[in-house]
Amino acid sequence: MFWRMITKTLIRQRGKMLMIAFTVVLGVSLSTAMMNVMLGVGDKVNRELKVYGANITVRHKDAALMSDLYGLEGQGVSDKFLREDDVLKLKSIFWGFNILDFAPMLDGRAGLNGSEVSVVGTWPEKHTTLPTGEELHTGLKALRTWWEISGEWLSENDDESVMMGHLLASQNNLHVGDKITLTAGTQSAAFTVKGIYNDGGSSDSKILMTLPAAQKLLGLPGRVSTIEVSALTTPDNDLARKAAQDPHSLSPDEYETWYCTAYVSAICHQIQEVIEDGVAKPVRQVAESEGTILNKTTLLMVLITVLSSIGSALAISNLITASVIERSQELGLLKALGAHNWQIVLLVLAEVMITGIAGGIAGYFMGIGFAQVIGQTVFGSYIEIARMVILIVAVILFLVTLAGSVPAIRYLTALKPTEVLHGK
Amino acid sequence: MPKKILELRNVSKIYGNLKALADINLSVNAGDWVSIMGPSGSGKTTMINIIGCMDTPSVGSVMLDGTDISKENAASLTRIRRDKIGLIFQQFHLISYLSAVENVMVAQYYHSMPDEEEALEALAKVGLSDRAHHLPAQLSGGEQQRVCIARALINSPQILLGDEPTGNLDEENEGIVVDIFRRLHDEGVTIIVVTHDPEVGDVAQRKIILEHGRVVGDVDQSATFGEALRLKGKHDA
Repeated sequence: MFWRMITKTLIRQRGKMLMIAFTVVLGVSLSTAMMNVMLGVGDKVNRELKVYGANITVRHKDAALMSDLYGLEGQGVSDKFLREDDVLKLKSIFWGFNILDFAPMLDGRAGLNGSEVSVVGTWPEKHTTLPTGEELHTGLKALRTWWEISGEWLSENDDESVMMGHLLASQNNLHVGDKITLTAGTQSAAFTVKGIYNDGGSSDSKILMTLPAAQKLLGLPGRVSTIEVSALTTPDNDLARKAAQDPHSLSPDEYETWYCTAYVSAICHQIQEVIEDGVAKPVRQVAESEGTILNKTTLLMVLITVLSSIGSALAISNLITASVIERSQELGLLKALGAHNWQIVLLVLAEVMITGIAGGIAGYFMGIGFAQVIGQTVFGSYIEIARMVILIVAVILFLVTLAGSVPAIRYLTALKPTEVLHGK
Repeated sequence: MPKKILELRNVSKIYGNLKALADINLSVNAGDWVSIMGPSGSGKTTMINIIGCMDTPSVGSVMLDGTDISKENAASLTRIRRDKIGLIFQQFHLISYLSAVENVMVAQYYHSMPDEEEALEALAKVGLSDRAHHLPAQLSGGEQQRVCIARALINSPQILLGDEPTGNLDEENEGIVVDIFRRLHDEGVTIIVVTHDPEVGDVAQRKIILEHGRVVGDVDQSATFGEALRLKGKHDA
């Protein structure tokens, strides 16, 4: 009888119920879209911020110590090196999939036209297959997306060409296609200027060449000075900051949580586990910017979700209250026939919940569509659908519908059959 | 000695300065058919609400089948009403989207368990076997009132309480409803009916006249309402 009454009420009041369902659809679709974007936006924002370059650098522990002591970040040439063979091990760490791009760098000094200039050997591009079978395509080109190039980028095996910073090129009146000779110690090699780049920083006075060419010129086979790494990270929290100070201060549970979360400190820790004598450090400016932007974006999404939920609750409240007032004679009759308050409330809540669930299902799928529209429009890619959003949306839907029903429930419990049944 | 099913002892209902009922004393035996008459504002509806467990007196006690319902809380009153009272309304108050038989089953549902067969039997008793699956809008006023009577009787109440049960009916349907009451009375059902209609009131075995919240006349079947009013006039003089 209970379900028969509910079914018939829903059919009879389909206009009002459709309005309630429509309100739920709007609220749930917005919440679903915002939460999916919120949960997927970390990666998206991080990827967007990757245009600002690497967020982790790895160098030899002694070189890192000198850098920390004398503040020589990114400057000078150290005589402590990492092994080139270790570089590909970066992809073998727990968070290997979060490492998007990386490039080894070998810094050195060489003579050009009688003066000494900085030369850097790197992987302009690197295409290889990892032991796991994964195809790898990385290199400095992916880490310097903002460079303005005249001429061309070096290719993977372009060992007889170089790229020059535009300041150095203009000082030496060099252009794309010109020939230069570089000398380092007893080694000397001729190169063609394939491209001139504008970095906007200190690199504009450097010469860039392939890693094998630099190793040969500098007499450092199999060596690299630093590795620049671009990784997807999670914004730091108190646990991450505590771990960054000293991972050994964490309890076993904290350590597991930290290790299995893509905090920049956790990724650095894991890099150090695979790079012999390497010290990985976050480039704080980039990492913190990512965290700040991500936190603010998340806050915005949460606010939109909360506001849309409140809006839905108010709209549902008005619609349900109007519906219950309209049906007060019928509901008063049920009381007169012996229905307790809780039975009437259950009846009305069941009607509203069924309507809410129907609206919620429609709203969820519409929200997924909205999320994809946002993903395509803002980030140029699809937003991954997070299953946990279903649970969160279900809880929000239940609470919003319940909150929206409170005025109607109050009205119902106060309703006296005598007030609605004796209308003459 | 017939069993006393209802007894009002010094019952008053006071709204601010207004006494809707003033010191009413009344008892009804099981199987009685009582009509309550009086002008508008005489306290008929207030009395029906109190007897029907939908309201409580301000003063006095109401004994219903041995229980003082004036002391009960709202939940207990709902339970007592569900178990002991069958209500018939002037405006029928059927649920518009449920069929006749479903309207009867609603009362079963809130009492115990819905039983369609039993509900159909109740409709057959009031002559509506062939209209059981019609919606209220497809029934005449008289038919709707008979559905209302079937609904009131379905849980075998101890008192059938009617509030102007023929007030919205034409003469023919009024006759049908009165005949049903007569049959129910013969079966031993206790009936208390509030009515404006002397023809309906006179069929009852006992007539009570209310005025300004007081019982001003209480006569048996041998006297009509008109005679009761004349007696009251002589008494006032």
